[in-house]
Amino acid sequence: MKAIVTVVGEDRVGIIAEVCTLLAAHQVNVLDISQTVMQDYFTMMMVVDTSASPLPLAELAQTMDKKGEEMGLSIRLQRADIFKAMHRV
Amino acid sequence: MLSMKDILSTQDMIDKRHLDIRTITMGISLLDCCHEDVNVCATKVYDKITRRAENLVKTGEEIEWEFGIPIVNKRISVTPIALVGNTCNTDSYVPLAIAMDRAAKECGVNFIGGFSALVQKGCTKGDWILMDSIPEAMKVTERVCASVNVGSTKAGINMDAVAKMGRIIKKTAEITADNDGLGCAKLVVFANAVEDNPFMAGAFHGVGEPECELNVGVSGPGVVYHALQSVKDQPFDVVAETIKKTAFRITRMGQIVGVEAGKRLNVPFGIVDLSLAPTPAVGDSVARILEEMGLEVCGTHGTTAALALLNDAVKKGGVMASNHVGGLSGAFIPVSEDEGMIAAAESGVLTLDKLEAMTCVCSVGLDMIAVPGDTSADTISAIIADEAAIGMVNSKTTAVRIIPAPGKVVGDRVEMGGLLGSAPVMPVHAESAADFIARGGRIPAPLQSLKN
Repeated sequence: MKAIVTVVGEDRVGIIAEVCTLLAAHQVNVLDISQTVMQDYFTMMMVVDTSASPLPLAELAQTMDKKGEEMGLSIRLQRADIFKAMHRV
Repeated sequence: MLSMKDILSTQDMIDKRHLDIRTITMGISLLDCCHEDVNVCATKVYDKITRRAENLVKTGEEIEWEFGIPIVNKRISVTPIALVGNTCNTDSYVPLAIAMDRAAKECGVNFIGGFSALVQKGCTKGDWILMDSIPEAMKVTERVCASVNVGSTKAGINMDAVAKMGRIIKKTAEITADNDGLGCAKLVVFANAVEDNPFMAGAFHGVGEPECELNVGVSGPGVVYHALQSVKDQPFDVVAETIKKTAFRITRMGQIVGVEAGKRLNVPFGIVDLSLAPTPAVGDSVARILEEMGLEVCGTHGTTAALALLNDAVKKGGVMASNHVGGLSGAFIPVSEDEGMIAAAESGVLTLDKLEAMTCVCSVGLDMIAVPGDTSADTISAIIADEAAIGMVNSKTTAVRIIPAPGKVVGDRVEMGGLLGSAPVMPVHAESAADFIARGGRIPAPLQSLKN
């Protein structure tokens, strides 16, 4: 299943590396990354494929949320279809 | 391809504008639970609800995480208990209310609706028993909600039931006086009640509904308010378009969540209720939307027009976003559950009479309004009759959820807690309607042509 990972928070070294390591550990494949720094805030969006992950999506989302808390960032993993539904007719 | 802007704007709506799914409500038919012995009937009711809704809360929470959208309430509605209880040889349906309450607690839902009767044209034995059971049921249960439909466009208004419900509301307030008459917050009197309403306190699972289904109520006054801030001073055409676009997004979210929840629970998805349901939180108010359109305080002249535009635009935007729309669908104006309405009522600008006018153009009616404890049953009945007449003539749902707070006077506040909020006690007219209510009988159904 396609999901969107968003990471928002203060910029520092190694954010992408740490997030990607965690995703890899759960067999989540990264399909696309876009990233920018807005007003000193690091903002990243990743399109990922979770179909190979042994963890159910809800648990995966909780794992990312917890990781975000540890890193002092907001990390979310959400199903991609919700954004398509809301922003495309 | 999704843009980062779209994704961040969605997250912003959830984080800062109180965007959420207000409720996923499972409707369950209890028509197969009838039994002559009320205790056997109660056991069947408990068993059926807990079996059907066993995974409702768990599934709701999973979906919350997957989509990253809060689902604030998971609830249950059931077949009107007056129909289920009619077979029982008993003079009280309180045991059925207790069974519903126990089942709600077992399933982990915060409200269960359907302690209800539909009496728009007349009352059966079961309907009378149900109405008489309401005060005690509201006292001894925590999560059960009651509703009675006293009128409809096709049947007219059952004024005997209107008179009865005035007395029942008074009694419910008195019997729950320890909690400022909280029992009345779980009791609503309808005209033209809908069968697939997911919102409490008025939810019940109508007889035209399937065995079990899932209905969704969305929310989003904060999102609409924020969107309107970006079109200050622009003409109403722009205001309406802005609301429509926002309502579309909110409703699409409800649709996708409802379909997904239905699929997982193996229950058909019913409807999305296109409602703007406020909460007492600052920034989640319908009154503030009306004020953003240019009114100094909600309740002043112009409020009805502003609300009419808002209500219509919400429906137009939402209707294309969902394949099935139903329930109450419109902007809610519950006083105690809306921070802006509370402020407007406390300032004296928003009065009961203005609220009544507002209910002509929006969903649903006089909702969560506290009035002085010494308000007579006749006056409450007369307020119900006025609202029912508006619903009957305009072919729309109207309702009254009113709390005659024991011992309270104008200027006091009634604290309900949680989503129910707190209500300033509002003045009612002192002049009597007792002789009007004492007539009883039925107000005939209105003409549906020659409209003026």
